[in-house]
This record gives sequence, structure tokens and C-alpha cells, in this order.
Amino acid sequence: MENMRPSPPRRHWMRKLHRQRHIQIMALLGIAWIILFNYVPMYGIIIAFKDYRIIRTIAEAPWVGLEHFKAFFEDDNFVNVMKNTLGISLIKLIIGFPLPIIFALFLNEIRSLRYKKAIQTISYLPHFLSWVVLGGILTTWLADVGIINNILLALNLIKEPISYLAEPDYFWGIIITSDIWKELGWSAIIYLAAISSVSPDLYEAATIDGAGRFQKMWYVTLPSIKGTISILFILAVSGVLNSNFDQILVLRNALNESASNVIDIYVYQTGMLSGRFSYSTAVGLFKSVIALILLLIANSVTKKLNNTSLF
Amino acid sequence: MLSLNRKTKGEALFDLLNNIGMLLICFVTLYPIWYVVVNSLNEGVDGMRGGIYWWPRIFSFENYMGVFRNPGIMTAMGVTVAKTLLGTILHVFFTAMVAYAFSRRELIGGKIYIFIGTVTLFFGGGLIPTYLLMKDLHLLDNFLVYIIPVMFSFFDLIIFMTFFREIPDGLEEAAEIDGANDWSIFIRIIIPVSMPVIATISLFHGVYQWNDYFTGVIYMNNMDLQPIQTYLYRVVAQSSSNQMVAQIPGGIGKTVTSQSIKLATMVVTTLPIVFVYPFLQRYFVKGMMIGSIKG
Repeated sequence: MENMRPSPPRRHWMRKLHRQRHIQIMALLGIAWIILFNYVPMYGIIIAFKDYRIIRTIAEAPWVGLEHFKAFFEDDNFVNVMKNTLGISLIKLIIGFPLPIIFALFLNEIRSLRYKKAIQTISYLPHFLSWVVLGGILTTWLADVGIINNILLALNLIKEPISYLAEPDYFWGIIITSDIWKELGWSAIIYLAAISSVSPDLYEAATIDGAGRFQKMWYVTLPSIKGTISILFILAVSGVLNSNFDQILVLRNALNESASNVIDIYVYQTGMLSGRFSYSTAVGLFKSVIALILLLIANSVTKKLNNTSLF
Repeated sequence: MLSLNRKTKGEALFDLLNNIGMLLICFVTLYPIWYVVVNSLNEGVDGMRGGIYWWPRIFSFENYMGVFRNPGIMTAMGVTVAKTLLGTILHVFFTAMVAYAFSRRELIGGKIYIFIGTVTLFFGGGLIPTYLLMKDLHLLDNFLVYIIPVMFSFFDLIIFMTFFREIPDGLEEAAEIDGANDWSIFIRIIIPVSMPVIATISLFHGVYQWNDYFTGVIYMNNMDLQPIQTYLYRVVAQSSSNQMVAQIPGGIGKTVTSQSIKLATMVVTTLPIVFVYPFLQRYFVKGMMIGSIKG
């Protein structure tokens, strides 16, 4: 090969670069965008360790070390914020993660293809509605004169209407239920796709062995989609601290604050509304570190369990 | 296939219960939406008495007239349409272009580029550093804040790249022999054969653009540039509902209420998406699979 290309390697490399100058420009435009909009904010994180005021530049601001982190741990809100963040996330993971799998398993058992398709189309409709619109629906339903109170009053289950959104006790339930309502069908798509690629031979063999519908689900379908479930589980765990900021921002109010103040909301409030930029950046960074640790744990656990992992 | 003609009692019971369960899920999914629609079609003052569950009691289009006569709502709607169209076109074109470059195996530095991008999937600056950047770039109170910061997504790039790598090399080689450069190959050959994935990403980003309210909340003080979702957020969450009625020019204020206008606005805001998604669904199921399974 060397003999066939007499030019020295360096010139050869430059010629190659010249030949691909157009795609290099395309790629570098993307890289420039990524550096500006992703990496510059990452650099901005250092204000978590500085005392940044809006008048100073980031570089000029004096270093304060871990002071803002300490302030967060000692803050009265710390315990409450952590409890809400972890509580909502954990319940969402425990209830919200398996439900789409179960839904997909049962939807897969529907025989008529058209009927199946219709149910699927309906089930993911709510995914396309915004949380603002859903917030409007929920506030209407859960109002004193709303449909929920009307039904419960008519059935004599309660004596007086309840202001659900004004009671912290109901907040987690509302958040989790409405999130499942919105995303159940959508999350099931990926499992249905995985199920549809399971070989029909396996089911036929199971039928010959006398397996019933539940047995086929348990011994054939579930093991076949184990890989998909693992990957989505890792992603769910690492995203667990993102307890749906959009959703909570729409539904929270002063009365349910003790149940609705999660890390993301707290960052928004202290940073954007109170202007404590350094402090709220520190809180946000604390969240990212925990999320990263969770991602690594989930990844190594699923790797040990069944040899699937994200990286 | 074996159990086709013979159905045991247990099987029949299973199918029956499964069907009932599925119908129940469909009802629970659709009814809250239906409820909003019928209430928005009922006369506002009468609607306050409640009890409208299946069909309007006093049918009226007044609420919708109120929405369309409200200059604030219409401006916000215009902003949303503009940012959705422009934002989606730019996002898809730019992300696809970078993905096309990244998908070429001979690209010098390709591995480093992909590494630089992958990092962004796991790390980010967070709310405040991002806000400070937007401020420095003079994007506050600027329409472009809806477009430029979301013009690119590395996650979408992976979906594009996976698709592009499946395109047979022969297609590009033939064009190259005909003297086409990379730009014209991308625009005249790659884009036309990639319609399924382009439709998928367009739908995803279009829905994001249409539904996003938070960008308007933090970066926009100029009310003439706020999108409809931000407008609704300010009414729903901060319940400054009186502002809506106040803005309706004289006369019809008697039959509509802030609540009934709110419901009609919610319906108007949602309708375009409901119309679009069934047409694109065969594409996005495929797109989801490409994007997630290989992830």
C-alpha cells in the first residue's frame, strides 16, 4: 500500500481534510453550537463556588468555596425539599414504571388489530397535551364545585367539598395520578414495539406445552423484552430527580407548598424569583451530582443482574 | 395459531375482561378532554352552575368568539404558530445537517465530535447558568430565545445518525460521480430519502415548541412576545383570571365568564395537535424505536 501512495502521510491527511471540507464545516457548526449552548453554561456552574452578583462578571466574583452548599444543608427548607423530591420520584418509579409494561402486555393480548390500534391511538393522546392545559383541566376537576367533589357528595362519601389543591396531603397523589394518566400510553409504545419483535414460534411452542395466557406473558413475553426494560429502567432512575418541573409549577400554590416544593422548584424560586444566583446554582449542582450517582448505581446493578447496560 | 378455532372458557373470560379493562382506560383517557370541550361549548354563566357532563345545556359559541376577539390571546397564538413553524424547520434542518456530517465514517475528528456531544446528554449547566448565558447573548425579551437555544439536540442527532447510516453508500457515490458536493448531496438526496425520520423529529420538536410555556415564563417580560401556553399558565396557575374578561371588548361580557373563556382557550390551544398527530403516528412509532432501543 505504501508504495502505491508516494505522498508523505502528512500531505495525504491534509488532502483528505480538504476533500471533506464541506462536511467539516457542517460538523463544526454543530460543535460551535454545542460549545456555546452546552459547555458555556457548564463553565457557569463555577458560580456555585463563588459569590456572584449580577453586576460582576463570573471571573471577577470572589471564591467562597462550599459556603453555598453549607447554606443549603443548613437551610430550613432542606429536609422538606429533599423529602418531596425523593418521595415523589420514588413513588413515580415504583408505580409509574411498571404500569406501562403491564398495559403493553395486556394490550398485546387484544386480538383485533384495528381495535388494538384504536386503543393505542387514544391512550397516547394525553401525551400531546401541555401541562398548562392539563393543569387547567385538573384545577377545574378538583375545585370545590368540581366534578370530583360533586360525585363524592352525590355518593355520600364526603360531607363537605374538599379543596384538593389547597391540601398538601393530596398533592403527591394528584401529581402521580395525573402523570400516569398523561404518559401511560406513550411509555407503552416502546414496549409494544419490543413485544412485536418476539418470535411467534416461542408462543406456539408455549401453547403446545399447554401454557395459558398469563403463563405466556410471564415466561415468554417478559423475558424477551427484559433488555428494553433494563435500559428504560436505567434512564428512569437517572431521571428520577426530575420530578416533572413543568407539571408541579402549574399545580403548586402557596397552600400546598409543604408538599410541592421539590429541588427544581426551589432552584427556580431562589434563583429566578429571589435572585440568589450562586446559591440556587449550588442547589442545582447538588441535584445533578445525586442524579449522576443514581445513574451509575442503576447501570451497574442492571449490568450485574442481566448483562444489559447503557455504558 | 393453534388456539384460533378453539377457545376455552378461561380464554374467553380473559378476552372479555381484557376488553372491558381496555375500554375503561379509553374512557378515563378521553372523558376529561370531552368534559372540557362540552363545557367550553356551553354558555358561560349557565356553566357556572355546573352539572354539565355529557352535552352542553345551553349551546353557545360565545366563548370561542370571546377567544378570537381577545387581542391578547390572538397575539399569543400568533407567537406560538410562528415559533413552532420556524423553530421546527430550523431544528430539523440544523440537527440533520450536523448528524449527516457526523454519520460520515471518514470524517476526521468524528470520534471526538461525538464524544463532545455525548457529554451533553449527561451534564448540563442548569437553570441559572443558562439564564445568565441568554442574558449575555441578549436573548431576553427576544423572539429568537424560542428558536436558537433549542435549534440543536444531541439526542435527536443520534436518531438522525442511526437512520443516515442505513442509507446505502451507493446513493451518495453516484451523486459524487455526477459532480455534486456534500451540501447538495445532503439537500437533494439525504433529506428526500429521510422523510420518515424527519417527520418523527418534526413532530417531537413541533409538540415541544407548541407546548413549551417555561421559556416564555423566564425569558420574556414583553407580553406581546409570549406564547399562548405562557399566557394560559399566567391565567391558570396564577389565577389572574379577571384580566381575560377585562380584555374582551364590550357587549358579550354578560354570557361568558373567565372560566368559560379559559376552557375555550384550552380547546383552541390543543386542537392543532389533536389534528396533526394521527397523520404522523406511523412515523413516530418507528422513530421512537430507532431512538430508544439503540440508545
